[in-house]
Amino acid sequence: MPDIDAAPDDLLPEPFRRWFAGRGWAPRAHQLELLAQARAGRSTLLIAPTGAGKTLAGFLPSLVELAGRPVPRNSARPPGLHTLYISPLKALAVDVARNLERPAQEMGLAVRIETRTGDTPASRRQRQRRDPPDILLTTPEQIALLLASDDAEPLFADLKRIVLDELHALAGSKRGDLLSLGLARLRAIAPMAQTVGLSATVADPDTLRRWLVPQRGNGEMGELVIADPGAAPDLSMLDSAAHVPWAGHTARHSLKEIYGLIERHTTTLVFVNTRMQAELLFQELWHINDANFPIALHHGSLDVSQRRRVEAAMGEGRLKAVVCTSSLDLGIDWGAVDLVVNVGAPKGSSRLMQRIGRANHRLDEPSRAVLVPANRFEVLECRAALEAVRAGAQDSAVVRSGALDVLAQHVLGMACATPFDADELFAEVTSAEPYADLLRADFDDVVGFNANGGYALRAYERFARIRRMKDGRWRVANPQVAQQYRLNVGTIVESTMLKVRLASAKSRFGGRVLGEVEEYFVETMSPGDTFVFAGEVLEYLTIVENEVRVARTSAKEPRVPSYAGGKFPLSTFLAARVRALLSEPARWASLPGQVRDWLELQKLRSRLPGREDLLVETFPRGGRYHLVAYPFEGRLAHQTLGMLLTRRLDRAGLHPLGFMANDYALVIYGVSDMSLAIAQGRLSLDALFDADMLGDDLEEWLAESALMKRTFRQCAVIAGLIERRFPGKEKNSRQVTMSTDLVYDVLRRHEPGHVLLRAARADAATGLLDIRRLSDMLTRIRGRIDHLALSRVSPLAVPVMLEIGREMVAGGASDALLAEAEDELIREAMRAGDDDSEPGR
Amino acid sequence: MPATMTASPADERTGESEIELAGARLVLDPAGALWWPAERALIVADLHLEKGSAFAARGVPLPPYDSRATLALLERLVARWAPRTLIALGDSFHDRGGAGRLGDEERASLAALARGREMVWIAGNHDPEPMPGLAGLHAGELKLGPLTLRHEPAALAEDGEVAGHFHPVARLVLRGRSLRRRCFATDGARLVLPALGAYAGGLNIRDAALAGLFGGAFDAHLVGAARTYRIAHHACLPDR
Repeated sequence: MPDIDAAPDDLLPEPFRRWFAGRGWAPRAHQLELLAQARAGRSTLLIAPTGAGKTLAGFLPSLVELAGRPVPRNSARPPGLHTLYISPLKALAVDVARNLERPAQEMGLAVRIETRTGDTPASRRQRQRRDPPDILLTTPEQIALLLASDDAEPLFADLKRIVLDELHALAGSKRGDLLSLGLARLRAIAPMAQTVGLSATVADPDTLRRWLVPQRGNGEMGELVIADPGAAPDLSMLDSAAHVPWAGHTARHSLKEIYGLIERHTTTLVFVNTRMQAELLFQELWHINDANFPIALHHGSLDVSQRRRVEAAMGEGRLKAVVCTSSLDLGIDWGAVDLVVNVGAPKGSSRLMQRIGRANHRLDEPSRAVLVPANRFEVLECRAALEAVRAGAQDSAVVRSGALDVLAQHVLGMACATPFDADELFAEVTSAEPYADLLRADFDDVVGFNANGGYALRAYERFARIRRMKDGRWRVANPQVAQQYRLNVGTIVESTMLKVRLASAKSRFGGRVLGEVEEYFVETMSPGDTFVFAGEVLEYLTIVENEVRVARTSAKEPRVPSYAGGKFPLSTFLAARVRALLSEPARWASLPGQVRDWLELQKLRSRLPGREDLLVETFPRGGRYHLVAYPFEGRLAHQTLGMLLTRRLDRAGLHPLGFMANDYALVIYGVSDMSLAIAQGRLSLDALFDADMLGDDLEEWLAESALMKRTFRQCAVIAGLIERRFPGKEKNSRQVTMSTDLVYDVLRRHEPGHVLLRAARADAATGLLDIRRLSDMLTRIRGRIDHLALSRVSPLAVPVMLEIGREMVAGGASDALLAEAEDELIREAMRAGDDDSEPGR
Repeated sequence: MPATMTASPADERTGESEIELAGARLVLDPAGALWWPAERALIVADLHLEKGSAFAARGVPLPPYDSRATLALLERLVARWAPRTLIALGDSFHDRGGAGRLGDEERASLAALARGREMVWIAGNHDPEPMPGLAGLHAGELKLGPLTLRHEPAALAEDGEVAGHFHPVARLVLRGRSLRRRCFATDGARLVLPALGAYAGGLNIRDAALAGLFGGAFDAHLVGAARTYRIAHHACLPDR
């Protein structure tokens, strides 16, 4: 660590010291440390809380270097790009550029700072290639585009520094994979460039440190600087006087208390987990907003201009509160926020810490946050999260390797830039942290995929996209391929969004656009259904092309179909803490009385789930038989488990009718007495929960799973197998449409080992199906199933039982449903006849 | 209004449904083909063979197994019904060059299918001309007993017309789940077959182009694992 008193003279040149002094500031220790590391030529990870001057710390070395640069002679070649700044958010790049301009101007530095995003006019983008600024602020997608052009080398040859902002938010995602590959190429072009990573606190900084330097097989790491974390957050759980509900996610019972909190603070950010919750809470708050506080709504489905208006109003301090989703987890700092309310369970401690950090950006004062559990299980989860945050414990990142579909996109991009040698490119790609363990065979498959689809049946040689030249290097087959690449770049595959347009009173056309919803949400609705959107109850009228036409309605109680509960599944880390809390009654003192009573009753009537065991209860209720298991592994893993268990029970002749899963438990119900079957030895729970269900059962189910098909579609788009605007997503009338589901079916049957199916399976392991977590759980509980046959529903089972009937039927039951629909319509037809004969009704 | 029409599981073992069209008794195979017992004719529509390679030529290398998958299904259907006549209702190939791009295995499979039976290729908009080197007859349309077999339904409704072209699919929402399946569409006077091709895709029966074929009410017979399911058109939903 540098000596702060002695260092500034040496590290910080005169204009900088004057500038700090002029504002009554002193450079922070971590800012100086970063300067020292830069001088020593080392890449560095800085971990610092919001408000710690993290961004300035990242740029100081660049500004110091640029300030000391000799003035170029007229005859000399203009200097190329000096510093590249990459942020996950376009808005953040623009904001940081603005914040950087000011000190640069005030210090009189001759530094050119520019941004480059999707919004930058083509003319300026052209000019930036020819005559680059000193500092360019941009996004991962723009980097990929710049690197895929033939002038990438001259553009980046002089690069000295790369600043990666919010690195924790990018690493571990496909967007991060793409960025890591871009970094590898940047380092190949400019080997002397240093990288600075800026990150919030993470459980495993070493992964991020490896990101910053080329990997050569020894886990090479950049330096680490950890800033003073500042005052500990003031964090509490709302101890509602009202009855805490058994199930649900609306937190309606705490509404008045939330409003009270808003009233008592200057500006409050109210975080919820899903867009639907945001809509509902926003509406409920306005119902009781007697003081007419300016309360706004912000989530990813709202029209962009509306979101920007809310953000601007927030920046100007004109709002009292904003109800928002993870759409505001990251972003521009707003000084005025003095309270964060997190409604619903936080799902993970890292996400919670990130959100808490959005309040009070002054380091010396604690951030204030209140957790509002929406149901009893969430009380436990909030308590566990609270303890985790106080202990500074973070969720550990999910272990994953770089995605093959992203690699496919990158390899094509590299061919667009300049012909590549496969050995050299493999060495470059494996220098990127996510791809350090990439197998050569996988790499070769990816190259083969780009060449001719990579199919074992070599039918497409003549349609190749990249071809081998005589010297063995690969080049693009024709300019159209490069064009296709540019249109397809990026890893964000939006599910198809439909505009929501208000139908005007006169015609059904021409009203205002309220925002966008995902196609799958609309798919579950029929005309006449009502739903909440943009803070209003709307009636679904019809679909015209890519628009949902809606009307305002007087209905008070919307029917909210397809309600998915919390969007993020409970983290493994938090789940373990919840289990620990449950199994230690001595720690229940911190819980609200009614929750304590609930757990006491469970202890009396049944048992408490053990720390390492799996509690399974079976009981009859309402003419059906139920099996409830409590794995605490999150909704996604439970859904997959539910699908697989129902298949097995069905095969065992136990006729399951369906299942329901939440973040904590899962219930399967049917017409056969499962307690009896277990007692008679016809059903073995050990066999039922055996990990071998992840073999054939899983494969069989994946064949049909809509989630798997969605996962495949994303891989196919990212890898460039199909274009983003593949027919089937752009539905004009009179046009026969084809979907990627058909491609998936054919490929799965004829070439199950294809590289894209491997990519999709790898995604399924951690993504929507969470198979890896399920597999870990099944291994953990082997031989540790704690079964109880009960005469009635247990207290702990009530929350998940209440969710039955909301959705979801046994897997593969589509045909049964069709038969039912057919019968239903037949009955309806018969009834209509009866009615006609009874004119009195 | 639909004329006299019955749709009942004709045979519990195999589970196909029977309908009557212009006096002809027809069986709806749940794989999406039509069996005409009196003529021992198996009728299929819109195979779109070599659609994958047609896309590959445009830089979209879809898996090259679609012809193989479609022909395998056709082989199963032929094994099941042992037809005397096999009729493909047009768009059998995705484009004019389709037959030329067939692999050896697929070519052999087509030859085997035509062996020992009459094979009729009806012209479609994708394959208006006879394909070189293909066994069987080529026809613009075919009148057989009370039925007229053609690719695209005629503008003026005609009793006993059996056609393809539109790739009908029906969508239902059942217990919050959206279900989209290929289907036969019929009002008892004309019948539109679902597409059999692995990459053929589909058009919703509520789309004006398809619904407009039928003057009023019609039924969708959705294909299922073991049988077809009859649902009135008004109970089906438009896409999305």
